[in-house]
Amino acid sequence: MSDATLNTSVQAPSQPGEAGFADYFALLKPRVMTLVVFTAFVGLIAAPGAIHPLIGFAAILFIAVGGGASGALNMWWDADIDAVMNRTRRRPVPAGRVTAEEAKALGLTLSAFAVVMLWLATNVLAAALLAFTIFFYVVVYSMWLKRLTPQNIVIGGAAGAFPPMVGWVAATGSLAMEPVLMFTLIFMWTPPHFWALALFMKSDYHEAGVPMLTVTHGRRPTRVHILVYTVLLALFALGTAFTGVGGPVYLAVAAAFNALFLQGAWTIWRRDEAAAQADGYACEKRFFKLSLFYLFAHFGAIALEATLPAGWGGWG
Amino acid sequence: MSFSKIHSLHKRRFSRNLGLGLVLAAFVALIFGLTVVKVGNDNFSMPQAQSGETQ
Repeated sequence: MSDATLNTSVQAPSQPGEAGFADYFALLKPRVMTLVVFTAFVGLIAAPGAIHPLIGFAAILFIAVGGGASGALNMWWDADIDAVMNRTRRRPVPAGRVTAEEAKALGLTLSAFAVVMLWLATNVLAAALLAFTIFFYVVVYSMWLKRLTPQNIVIGGAAGAFPPMVGWVAATGSLAMEPVLMFTLIFMWTPPHFWALALFMKSDYHEAGVPMLTVTHGRRPTRVHILVYTVLLALFALGTAFTGVGGPVYLAVAAAFNALFLQGAWTIWRRDEAAAQADGYACEKRFFKLSLFYLFAHFGAIALEATLPAGWGGWG
Repeated sequence: MSFSKIHSLHKRRFSRNLGLGLVLAAFVALIFGLTVVKVGNDNFSMPQAQSGETQ
């Protein structure tokens, strides 16, 4: 399905009046922003050396604004998809409270603002990484991959994985293996997280014409993919415990959460659609909710390892 | 378009103006704070004047 066919079919219901501040704030996807803020914060405090608290705060703020800007640009580009899907049709653009052009203008302005301000507050490498993150999410994922391939979420997941790397570089001015490990953790976590969502959102992606795995390959292969990716994720997450960002606390957290996550993926793999429909996709919803705690727990453990007093955090 | 009574449109417009005002005020405070931190940093030094420009 081409973008043109989708875009001409949009009939956003219009509402009289002007948008409030909350409508513009909603364009920045505040719930996604919490993940960006938290992982960028962990990247920043896990980095070696000291950074002034106000500069650290500004760095996190500008990374969050950059993430929000890419969310606004996503809402501009995907307004036609958002208008069709139950999950997104109440967003400001499809609901008619904010025009798509306003979303684009806000997104572009805040993108430039966030990148320049991060550069001034920290360093040029962090700003360049933030600019690349916005480009990747908006152009590579939203404009290109999302409507083209069932691997959209696998490759596009990289966009959400960059914030801890930007946080680390903002603090140190250079890249290292540790932020790459944090990047990979989010990158590998994203597919099972979104495929579980696609399973219980049922016809949403199909009606919107988004080639999610559930639409192109069916629900059984999606269940298999969730299990395979979860096994790979668990191996990586546990292996990370023995690296520079890991330690005993991280290992304990990773062991517990990966056991739960693997159990959830195993249950999803064993079920068929009839069983899932019978209980209203309870296991898939539970797995999706667990995936949110999973990521926060792993990054919380990394932050703890970095902030524990000498001799307590890490392996020595 | 004008309304003699307070309309929900006015409330939305006020919320937008108030929100934007607070964001701008916070931004000014942040830039001030960042300037103080950066200028107070040990690595900060004033640009040296050319010898011919002094006095």
